[in-house]
Amino acid sequence: MRDAARPYEDIVVAAPVTVPYTRHSIKSAHWFLAQALARLIGSARIRKTDIDGLAVSSFTLSPDTAVGFTQHIGLSPRFLEHVPMGGASAIVQLRRAARAVEAGDAHIVACIAGDTNHVDSFRLNAASFSRFARDAVYPYGSGGPNGSFALLTAHYMRVFGATPQDYGKLCVAQRQNALTNPLALFRKELSLQEYLEARPIADPIRLFDCVMPCAGADGFLVMRRAMAKKLDLAHARLLAAIERHNGYPDDPIQFRGGWALDRAALYDQAGVSPKDIDFLEAYDDYPVMTLMQIEDLGFCGKGEGPEFVRRHSFTTQGSFPLNTSGGQLSMGQAGAAGGHLGVVEAVRQLIGMPLGAQVEKARLGLVSGFGMINYDRGLCSGAAILAAPGGRKKRGKR
Amino acid sequence: MPRRNPLLALDAPVVPPSARSRAAQGLTAAAALGVFALQRCENCGAVQYPPRDACVECLSARLRWRAMERGGELLSETLIRHGQELYFRRRAPCRAGLVRLDVGPSTIVALHRACEGAPSRLRLRLALDKAGQALLIGLPEKDVPDMADDPIIRETTCAPRARKALITDAKTRVGRAMAEALVAAGAEIVWAGFAAPWKPSPHLEALRALGPVTPVPLDVTDESSVRELAGSIGGKVDILINTAEHHRPGTIASRSGIETARAEMEVNYFGLLRLAQAFSAALKARAADGEASSTAWVNLLSARALSNDPAHGTFSASMAAAFSLAQALRADLQASGIRVLNVFPGPIEDEWNALVPPPKLSPEALARTVVDALERGLEDVYPGEVAKDLIARFLENPKALERELAG
Repeated sequence: MRDAARPYEDIVVAAPVTVPYTRHSIKSAHWFLAQALARLIGSARIRKTDIDGLAVSSFTLSPDTAVGFTQHIGLSPRFLEHVPMGGASAIVQLRRAARAVEAGDAHIVACIAGDTNHVDSFRLNAASFSRFARDAVYPYGSGGPNGSFALLTAHYMRVFGATPQDYGKLCVAQRQNALTNPLALFRKELSLQEYLEARPIADPIRLFDCVMPCAGADGFLVMRRAMAKKLDLAHARLLAAIERHNGYPDDPIQFRGGWALDRAALYDQAGVSPKDIDFLEAYDDYPVMTLMQIEDLGFCGKGEGPEFVRRHSFTTQGSFPLNTSGGQLSMGQAGAAGGHLGVVEAVRQLIGMPLGAQVEKARLGLVSGFGMINYDRGLCSGAAILAAPGGRKKRGKR
Repeated sequence: MPRRNPLLALDAPVVPPSARSRAAQGLTAAAALGVFALQRCENCGAVQYPPRDACVECLSARLRWRAMERGGELLSETLIRHGQELYFRRRAPCRAGLVRLDVGPSTIVALHRACEGAPSRLRLRLALDKAGQALLIGLPEKDVPDMADDPIIRETTCAPRARKALITDAKTRVGRAMAEALVAAGAEIVWAGFAAPWKPSPHLEALRALGPVTPVPLDVTDESSVRELAGSIGGKVDILINTAEHHRPGTIASRSGIETARAEMEVNYFGLLRLAQAFSAALKARAADGEASSTAWVNLLSARALSNDPAHGTFSASMAAAFSLAQALRADLQASGIRVLNVFPGPIEDEWNALVPPPKLSPEALARTVVDALERGLEDVYPGEVAKDLIARFLENPKALERELAG
């Protein structure tokens, strides 16, 4: 029996920012990340030099990493992380930043992720995504993530009985959530019929199962609660966080993710259980993963996802508020910022300042991240439980 | 095969993505030979896929490529309708599946259209794709009629059926056997090359009787002859089989003067070069020309090209030169998807190997092996027992083979 990880000591997440997404951009990732940093500084009313820790994630920063970026934007942090974990990067950045701040290695850590999207970014990214993808996936139709997730979706549907209607219900609800979010790229109502009849991309995946790659960035600050109070910053409290990479490597095909291995530790660390969670920001590049996260994070048993979907409603006002800003499916996926989208939305809900609709009495939010289909399965997973400040919804400075 | 409409634009050839790690080239080496092989850890026995540099279970570096059982279970499949690469967009939709192999790993494969949906049993084949890289194909457990008509099979093979072939020298027993084997395999036209028309050949005469065969003048030692034929039929040749050979047994000291050696080089090495210069461009241009596209270049080399057989010293050297040139040709044709098939027979039953004791390879057996290699899309072939023996010895210890051949 492993020792449990230490609880988080008064770590908070503040200043949720988004650099508005655009479908295509001629700008560089550096531009979007710098904008995120500028917005963090503006939002928190601090000086650039107050940021002494930096975590960066991006698919299009090459040939730079976080290192080149520090000189680009004139920062001299004493804590620096480059996190190449796709949609799990936000949770991992949060975990790293939290422990650094606890240990006094940094006082204010900026956690940012962003990508540009040139007309050929998607293809170039897919063609050289990883060694295993180049050797053993891309030569089989060059479908990129669409092909890989189609395989997982078809398998899950066959074995556990999920139907297109089940997945469609999630997508339609998320679109509903996006309608009031001014930053969402997709704000046209989506009906279940449209979802079911949409253009097939890689059977059984259709158009509205796929996120739209775009340019943009998201970011947040991690600090001690005392620092947030000193700066008079609205903030959410970090109660717990887990990560796991290459979980269940012996599963012949991915039907569960790393969360299932560590979810007991997650809830123990937070001192809560799934029924206490008021909303879930799940990583939704493809609804098959959303359903997997619902199961693997303990909201229902493995294989019970379809029945869970049929029983619940997922809008902000529903019985199980899910991806309350619309998720990536309706906001767009700004590359590596896909996971940050969930964190910033969770913080916005908990501090009472959502861009769109407010989840009633939002006290506890769970954010889940996932990413990196290195070969045949997503390798990186993570999750965090965030709480409203002081347990009660408070209004504070943006 | 219906004639292609000449008014339609000809698709320029494109090939699938070709970047691979070095370890993954182990699959390519196996596919070139027609073997289904994966890495097995010598330390703990775990089978690896995708190809690795250290055992996924025990971290041992002792990973060895071994022929494997091909069975597996199809767990899932998809139809990729919008690939990112031009090659796949042309062929959309692409059926891909995820197979759990009986030997352990999960693999993503291209699915033959006759494979049933998941869950189902299937067997795997390792083939070379149009980029010359290894591709895993899922086949139904049992062969079905017209297996070879599947688009993926057609893309990874070079079947002579309904195609037009040129045999550069049809006056020898080998040339004749090659032409007959192509006709038997369903070739639509076989151009039978002949040089020195004043020298009669019973083999060429026998070939004239075959419907698909058309004799054409071709002297690979004469550049204008090669160019003229290329100008005339080059744009129609789908498979070029270079059977032209000049072979005189003898050690390098057994003659004085270099005339014999020069004659061997003139045919075996420079002949190949002339053919390559004259026929390559047209062959490449038609590599994506529908069902009866240009598809392959076959070089009949010799197992003596691998390691010099001193009793045939200058001949071995000329074949070694031809082998190197054939590799250059393969690189030159790679971007078009034309397969270069190099054949390394041991001693053939002909006049120049008369003093070589058996076992020797009959021209007919050689021809059948070549046709079989084309139909399987192989790239390196060692027909006959002696050739297989030589390549095995060469790979295991080339220095020992050098001593063994020296006697």
